[in-house]
Amino acid sequence: MVQHITKPTIRHPGMRRNALGLTRRDYEGSMSTLCAGCGHDSITSAIIQAFFELDIPPHRAAKLSGIGCSSKTPTYFLGESHGFNAVHGRMPAIASGASAANRDLIYIGVSGDGDSLSIGLGQLCHAIRRNVNLLYVLENNGVYGLTKGQFSASADVGTKSKRGVENRQRPIDPVLLALSIGASFVARSFSGDKAQLVPILKAGLRHKGFALVDVISPCVTFNDHESSTKSYVHTREHYREVVGADFVPPAEEITAEYAAGATEGIRMHDGSLVRFHKVEKDYDPTDREAVYAYVSELQNEGEVVTGLLFIEESTEDMHDGLGTVDTPLVELPIDRLVPGSGELAALMRQFR
Amino acid sequence: MAGRGLDRTNDFAFKIGTVNGTGSASANGLIMQSIFRMGIPVSGKNIFPSNIQGLPTWYEIRVSRDAHTARTPHFDLVVTLNPASEQRDIAEVQPGGYVVHDSSWPLEEDRRRDDVTFLGVPMGQMCVEAFEGARERILMRNILYVGILTALLDIETDVVKGLLREMFEHKPKLLDSNYLAVKMGYDYAKEHFDCPLPLRLARMDANADCVLMDGNTAAALGCVYAGATVAAWYPITPATSLMDRFTAFCERYRKDPESGKNLFCVLQAEDELAAIGMVLGATWAGARAFTPTSGPGISLMSEFIGFGYYAEIPAVIFDVQRTGPSTGMPTRTQQCDLLLCAYASHGDTKHILLFPKDPNECFEMAVTAFDLAERFQTPVFVLSDLDIGMNDWACRRLEWDDAYVHDRGKVLSAEEIRSLDAFYRYVDPDGDGIAARTLPGVDPKGAYFTRGSGHTRLGRYTEDASEYLEVVDRIARKIEGSVRNLPEPEVVERRGARVGIVALGSSDGAVREAIESLAEQGVPLDYMRIRAFPFHESVDRFLAEHELVFVVEQNRDAQLRSLLSLETGANRRLVSVRYYGGQPLSAHHVLEGVLPELERRAVDGEGAGERGAREAGRDTAAPEDAGASSSRVGAG
Repeated sequence: MVQHITKPTIRHPGMRRNALGLTRRDYEGSMSTLCAGCGHDSITSAIIQAFFELDIPPHRAAKLSGIGCSSKTPTYFLGESHGFNAVHGRMPAIASGASAANRDLIYIGVSGDGDSLSIGLGQLCHAIRRNVNLLYVLENNGVYGLTKGQFSASADVGTKSKRGVENRQRPIDPVLLALSIGASFVARSFSGDKAQLVPILKAGLRHKGFALVDVISPCVTFNDHESSTKSYVHTREHYREVVGADFVPPAEEITAEYAAGATEGIRMHDGSLVRFHKVEKDYDPTDREAVYAYVSELQNEGEVVTGLLFIEESTEDMHDGLGTVDTPLVELPIDRLVPGSGELAALMRQFR
Repeated sequence: MAGRGLDRTNDFAFKIGTVNGTGSASANGLIMQSIFRMGIPVSGKNIFPSNIQGLPTWYEIRVSRDAHTARTPHFDLVVTLNPASEQRDIAEVQPGGYVVHDSSWPLEEDRRRDDVTFLGVPMGQMCVEAFEGARERILMRNILYVGILTALLDIETDVVKGLLREMFEHKPKLLDSNYLAVKMGYDYAKEHFDCPLPLRLARMDANADCVLMDGNTAAALGCVYAGATVAAWYPITPATSLMDRFTAFCERYRKDPESGKNLFCVLQAEDELAAIGMVLGATWAGARAFTPTSGPGISLMSEFIGFGYYAEIPAVIFDVQRTGPSTGMPTRTQQCDLLLCAYASHGDTKHILLFPKDPNECFEMAVTAFDLAERFQTPVFVLSDLDIGMNDWACRRLEWDDAYVHDRGKVLSAEEIRSLDAFYRYVDPDGDGIAARTLPGVDPKGAYFTRGSGHTRLGRYTEDASEYLEVVDRIARKIEGSVRNLPEPEVVERRGARVGIVALGSSDGAVREAIESLAEQGVPLDYMRIRAFPFHESVDRFLAEHELVFVVEQNRDAQLRSLLSLETGANRRLVSVRYYGGQPLSAHHVLEGVLPELERRAVDGEGAGERGAREAGRDTAAPEDAGASSSRVGAG
């Protein structure tokens, strides 16, 4: 039985290098053990691309996940980053604690629809409220894969399982949920659209605060059949990009050529820019209520609404709210933390 | 009780019954602190309801020149200010004792007793005449009884006044009304009663090295001095004040002088599942982190506790135990989480537990817990309880040694990582069962994957039997090996003792008092107070060296005895003595468990008793304790 497959480290001399001199290979992990054709593997590839293009030193990132097929994927990217495969539905707590301890690391969390919308729904909501600085990728396929095909909370009403059982419960939509509880960055994409997904992931990584990226990611084994609304075919047919986004890092801003139709940009806290090109006229990704109404309406018509749907760069993140010092707490030497014997003796006089 | 009926100076107990939420806590604290400042050994037990306002609440004070500070249910005097509890309060006074009551309204005839003295003071009426507004009148009635007791018990007035001055240093108006209320009560008592009563106080010098402090405050200070920077929690009685105090101490000692920002992070989680997850996330990233909780919180945290054990991540968990099962009685004490914590979580797990006996040990063991957690890369529990955590104890002053070196365990620096050919997380280089860890962000070569699923010594996923066994067997060795770093048991031996007694935590005071009483009756007992789990080898020895060992604890199911049986194989000699009604343990609980068993053995002849002791299963009813009519003590 082989559960861990190390990838051979072959580096073609002609491979493109980023500003750190690293190739895309340096951002990969071990071989995927997911089913051939799984949407999650495409997302893994997009994550690798995003980190590579942002020139992030791999060891300055930490990758976290819960339990499920999606949560296995952090093994498949960023082999030189610390990884944390938490218990089911509890990755946001680990991310919050890790971020509290070391605010300088770049945190990416990978979760699934079971992990996020059922067992971990509370943790997801509270991580959004806390606005912990984390890119949260929700790999959404509507089913439980590892336990062989039960419906998840994102399954649409009327969708049928492979065995023909029909789902009668209304779905929890992570995008509408996040918008309604004040998320500061909300996006939806499709594992089959890397051109859309990579800039969204890059923007999410640079966003200060919690960035939710819901990615429709078909399960080829249990949920890619005709009556499924999370299949490749259904997603492609109903896929509707309402707003496109390009991510422009600070250094490249002057020379970058923007896609035609790009009309406005949102400045990120680190000086980078997200340029939006509105596929839909009058779409405003900064107007929470309007975005909610718009997405909700289209979804009721059966559309899969995608794009960097909402962004708010001005909100306080967890550390702003708590007033934490800029230096990561893990870097504070212990003698700065211990008040000393004199202080304790003085304090004891108050307990007399 | 020694000296009863003779000289009662500095040797009596009294209680004050009031209505929750009426501000009596500060009046009771004032009395307690005054006695403490008079240098007299004193203990206070706050018996309060799970309620914000309206239900009966009591404060019990025991003074003991012999330094017996365990709770006693034998009250020589009660102050009864709550009509709802008046009948019960009066019934609880010892014959020959005193009842102080508000005579603004007549006492119902059926509540009168011939064998106690009633001291009526029209407190309500006096406050209506002297003070304005309903709130102040209610508050000042509490301060008025401070004045009455000052006269009756001979509390030094200068001490009371001094404390009031300190309390209201910046609120002169309040100081004036408090002074007035004390004086009114004092003068009334002096004028109408024969002051002081035979129950009286006289200055001693027993508290020179002591402070008056609760265990949660001391534990919070321990966390500060341990260098904890991340704290995560979900509010729960009786652990809440630990985090309140930690936050307050951090506001005082942990501000960056330049930016004014916090050198700490307190996260109020959505539940205990998240709180322990935050702790593990923070310690994994390299901070010292903890969570304070109580039994229901441990139940919720169990999954992540097993994760911390298996993935080998430090964590410090304070379990301020309260009465279970389920929600139980949130404002009553027990030692009911011993088994839960020892083996928390599914699968094979065993955890390090520390058992403080008082606030001073809460401080010291908090610091120790962080060192152990990082040394052994595992969750460590500090098992306090409501009695230690929330009551004020006169305990040894907390001290800090500036030369103390915190043990951060095997954490590789960037240089150490780079000097390795390759880093593997779960390889044991030193043969002590402890693998080195790396922190995220330090060096790419130190990267590894943390997981609760089966993993190899290299840190990789596995479903292979031998690879799995290699890791779990090493973890077992590691935890067993931790024993020599844990606080050793405390042993008090008496000449000629063939019978032993074992206890832990807040049972200490009652057990010591019982042992002294037994010694006076010619029954010498050796005493061992266990301070940590897994048990030190001297625990095995102590059990083996005594023909009979009483195990005293505050839970129904004899959890400590079960742990001793499981972990030492000495169950043939162990006789359980239990009290679990929710009040702090009293010496009489111990005596009522120990004496009949010893008597029976004397009659049956030795040897027969050993079998009989285990099979007896007797539960003898204890005297009625306030608020715990179903409380029982058993030997079985």
